[in-house]
Amino acid sequence: MSDDDRVRDNGYDDFLDAVEEGEPYYLESPSGNGWLPPRQMDPETGERELTQQSLPETGEILTSTITNVAGPSFADDAPFVVAVAQFGPVRITGQVRGMDHDDVDIGQEVTIGVGKNETEGERLVVFEPA
Amino acid sequence: MSRVPVAGVGMTKFGKSGERTAREMFAEAAGKAYDDAGIAPDDVDEVYYGNFMGEIAEQQGHSGPLAADAAGVTAPATRIESACASSGSAVRHGVNRIRNGDVDVVLVGGAERMTNLSTPEGTAGLAAAADALWEIKAGVTFPGAYSLMANRYFHEHGGSREDLANIAVKNHDNAVENPLAQFQRAIEVDDVLEAPMVCSPFGLFDCSPMSDGGSAALLVSEDYADDHGLGPDVAIIGTGQNGDRLALQDRVSMTRTPAAERAAAQAYADAGIGPDDVDVAEVHDCFTIAEVLALEALGFYEQGEGIKAATNGDTTIDGELPVNLSGGLKAKGHPVGATGGAQISELTKLLRGDHVNSDAVADAQIGLTHNAGGTVASCVVNVLEVVA
Repeated sequence: MSDDDRVRDNGYDDFLDAVEEGEPYYLESPSGNGWLPPRQMDPETGERELTQQSLPETGEILTSTITNVAGPSFADDAPFVVAVAQFGPVRITGQVRGMDHDDVDIGQEVTIGVGKNETEGERLVVFEPA
Repeated sequence: MSRVPVAGVGMTKFGKSGERTAREMFAEAAGKAYDDAGIAPDDVDEVYYGNFMGEIAEQQGHSGPLAADAAGVTAPATRIESACASSGSAVRHGVNRIRNGDVDVVLVGGAERMTNLSTPEGTAGLAAAADALWEIKAGVTFPGAYSLMANRYFHEHGGSREDLANIAVKNHDNAVENPLAQFQRAIEVDDVLEAPMVCSPFGLFDCSPMSDGGSAALLVSEDYADDHGLGPDVAIIGTGQNGDRLALQDRVSMTRTPAAERAAAQAYADAGIGPDDVDVAEVHDCFTIAEVLALEALGFYEQGEGIKAATNGDTTIDGELPVNLSGGLKAKGHPVGATGGAQISELTKLLRGDHVNSDAVADAQIGLTHNAGGTVASCVVNVLEVVA
């Protein structure tokens, strides 16, 4: 299924669009908590007045794993590296590209981008060395 | 709160039997529970049935009534879906219904058919326990999610793949004589370390297997037990359940499981006990690191110290707190929807003395089950006590 055929996921696809346009964002509540879309309210406080804020240009890898056994949607992608990275007040999960798998480490500075899943051609969050 | 006698338990042998439907396996487990309890199906007032991936594996939703029918029951029946904590939650629902005084006999448990799927299909099915937008779309698998937790744990607290391997070795050792376990064979640390990598740092032996199986228990009110001369030896005396954000990225910490901490606190308070009172535990070791996180969340160890429990021999069969004497999910098997019920079945037998490993805990009075869903976004803790 190409991206043109797929029904969009509100929030998630909006976020990827913004990353591709060079204007990634997160949602901030009045209390200052940060979240990724789709969010209608802050789960910490119940506040509903969420506003878009610019995502920091770089983030830091908090943890990662080299995945060798994948599901059918990523069969042609394996092995690949999945990481969780901290960008300001939000954490984002994505695949690390642009460096050797064994060199990915906690503390690595990365930038955020949008890549393609090799198996199905769908968009996904990718990180590259800053 | 009042105790809820466990009148009877049953489970199938866990393993690869992909030709068997979930309904068939639940019926077998329920049949064993009826025989164990001396209760007929027409005495069952309600059914709570755990199942996670029926739509994926069998194109079967709406499986509560189906499972009840297979078990010979015409009564209100509800499927409980809470990923790998599905039947732990089913047990808790049964406990609460009896305590509330609304019913006297509840059939609880669950079943899962998994090995009819290919490994990639099963991997995708299990991944559905994660966040579909922010984890699955990035390629996160179920082992991958726990690998992210394990690598962060190593970073914050230390520990090694060898420490994780000792957990797998321990649980395989415990399963050798268990006729219901999927893997009745011992392994060595080197087997774990040299196995093909699934997701770093996990090799194949750090991961619970794809399994088929069913589990069941008959919970009764104390009045029913007295009226029918059942005299069960074991009762559930405390229960707790809690939750957390589904995606790891939204958690405050990736090395703690607050859902389990809160569920345990609730269950301990309900039972009127503390961690030091627990003599034996069955915990959710879907991956080796999961047992570490469970031991810490349950209050048996401070954070960062659970990683050495198996290495030090604390949780082995002859240790101070034997953990997963059934073999755990790692070696007994992990048919997802059946797992929480199987923990109740195995622990009941361990406590009443008719499990192959009962001699190791002959003086045990209190046991605990810890059943987690996803990366512990759901957790159910039940406390059992010898009451005979």
